[in-house]
Amino acid sequence: MSASGPRSAGRTRPRGRWTDRLLRIYVWLVLAWLFLPIAVMIVFGFNDTQSKSNVSWQGFTLKWWGRLDEYPDLVVAVRNSLLIALVSVAVTTVLGTLMGLALGRHRFRGQGATNLAMFAAISSPELVMGASLLSLFISAGVETGFATVVIAHVLFSLSFVAITVRARVVGMDASIEEAARDLGATPWTTFWRVTFPMILPGVVAGALLAFALSIDDFVITQFTSGATQTFPLWIWGATRIGMPPQVNIIGTLIFAVGVAVAVLNAVTARRRGT
Amino acid sequence: MKRLTPYLLVLPGGLWLAIFMVVPMVFMASVSTQEGDVVNGFAQTFNVGVYGEVLGQYGTQFLRSASYGLAATAVSLLLAYPVAYWIAFRGGARKSTYLLLVLLPFFVSFVLRTVSWKFLLADDGLLLAPLKSAGLLPGDFHVLQTTAAVIGGLVYNYLPFMILPIYVALERVDPRTVEAARDLYASRRGAFTRIVLPLSLPGVFAGVLMTFVPMTADYVNAAILGGPENTMIGNIIQTEYLVNNDYPTAAALSFTLMAAMLVGIFAYARALGTENVLEAAAR
Repeated sequence: MSASGPRSAGRTRPRGRWTDRLLRIYVWLVLAWLFLPIAVMIVFGFNDTQSKSNVSWQGFTLKWWGRLDEYPDLVVAVRNSLLIALVSVAVTTVLGTLMGLALGRHRFRGQGATNLAMFAAISSPELVMGASLLSLFISAGVETGFATVVIAHVLFSLSFVAITVRARVVGMDASIEEAARDLGATPWTTFWRVTFPMILPGVVAGALLAFALSIDDFVITQFTSGATQTFPLWIWGATRIGMPPQVNIIGTLIFAVGVAVAVLNAVTARRRGT
Repeated sequence: MKRLTPYLLVLPGGLWLAIFMVVPMVFMASVSTQEGDVVNGFAQTFNVGVYGEVLGQYGTQFLRSASYGLAATAVSLLLAYPVAYWIAFRGGARKSTYLLLVLLPFFVSFVLRTVSWKFLLADDGLLLAPLKSAGLLPGDFHVLQTTAAVIGGLVYNYLPFMILPIYVALERVDPRTVEAARDLYASRRGAFTRIVLPLSLPGVFAGVLMTFVPMTADYVNAAILGGPENTMIGNIIQTEYLVNNDYPTAAALSFTLMAAMLVGIFAYARALGTENVLEAAAR
């Protein structure tokens, strides 16, 4: 996105200034509202609470950081979340990159249908996708668990990776690949030495997005997980009996990693000038 | 070989989408007309009557979901537009920072964000307890288990889906068109309503679509922030599938929900012009 231009639009008219100021305050209020529950989550990970319920502030402590493994089923749930994310991201990245290459570089029959299917996968409510997948697994006699969750996660993140890679492929100069071929490179060499390095930022961005989608997912996971627990599912189960501070800490860690990666990504993108 | 390349590239992902998205719809339709129970098994009896039954039994929840979805979409639009406008036109060099701030909630799991709100809004929680002890609110005042809490939760959780498409549309507006309008003696209001607003409508259309659909099908907010009077159709489907194991009822409900949404989306696209919606959706 360009950072030029629109700024000057309202600056010249002094009459507009107080509305601008009001608008600015409003935006910061909305941002504060968006951040409020996250701040609460972070702060209450440091709460020196005695009971499991963790609802009122009892003073600052770091003790929960040393007791992250107090609930073995929570540890298993977090481990499952990470494993599911890693496996589904690996599959999604390969399939999505191939789709993105085809859609960005080639004209072929069925392109419209592919686009429509991708649009449907992005815009269908998760509830309907989860419910229909469960119907399939029940009818086919497949027991739901780790593998079915991976299948579902690949399904909903595939289109996002394909779209990210396609955007990168479309923005790429095809003559560089032609030059490689003219100089005698085989299609295989051309792909790995020329095409792949050029689309890599798109592939990485797509993979990161897929990871974020997978680790946070709740609805489709609940429908396809059977007895397998993930971090969001564990929280759902704990809402009725009270949330231990360990949940806040794990939530904070995921949040911190997500923000760090996003910031890093933005900074490197700016440096590369893309 | 060369002509086959695109097909070979698309095939694995395309098959995945077909097998796990299109085929399951057929199975869901099939499950919905079966009869039986989870212990003795289900048998296909083409019991189409189930659709009439579920509509009669859960019509209230269908209507409630639609009205919550509409209300939450309207509130989101009103909240989001000024934010998107300010970032696009006044964000300057820090536009991407502001966008990152808008996306911050997404780095925390959906369920955890919602639970955090439950905790904040509890009857004796961080927000209400001080106001109550200061005598500003009556002692029995509560937010949780109300319609307002559920709609508020929906708006909170999906607001970025409204802000982003509107921002993208506004960002494309060339500020020189606004300057030209001002030079031609348009008032500030006139320049906005005649130039900026029409140009941003594709973003608004996309944002409405991207928030209304998931909000209407949501059950997490109603389950965590709402009470028994706020049950949405998603809660019924979730319970029938995963708690009661009444698969035919659940499948009939999800199928009806999906059909209603498809009809709604097509009507919406027709009313606004298909190109507008498709263009917005394609982004």
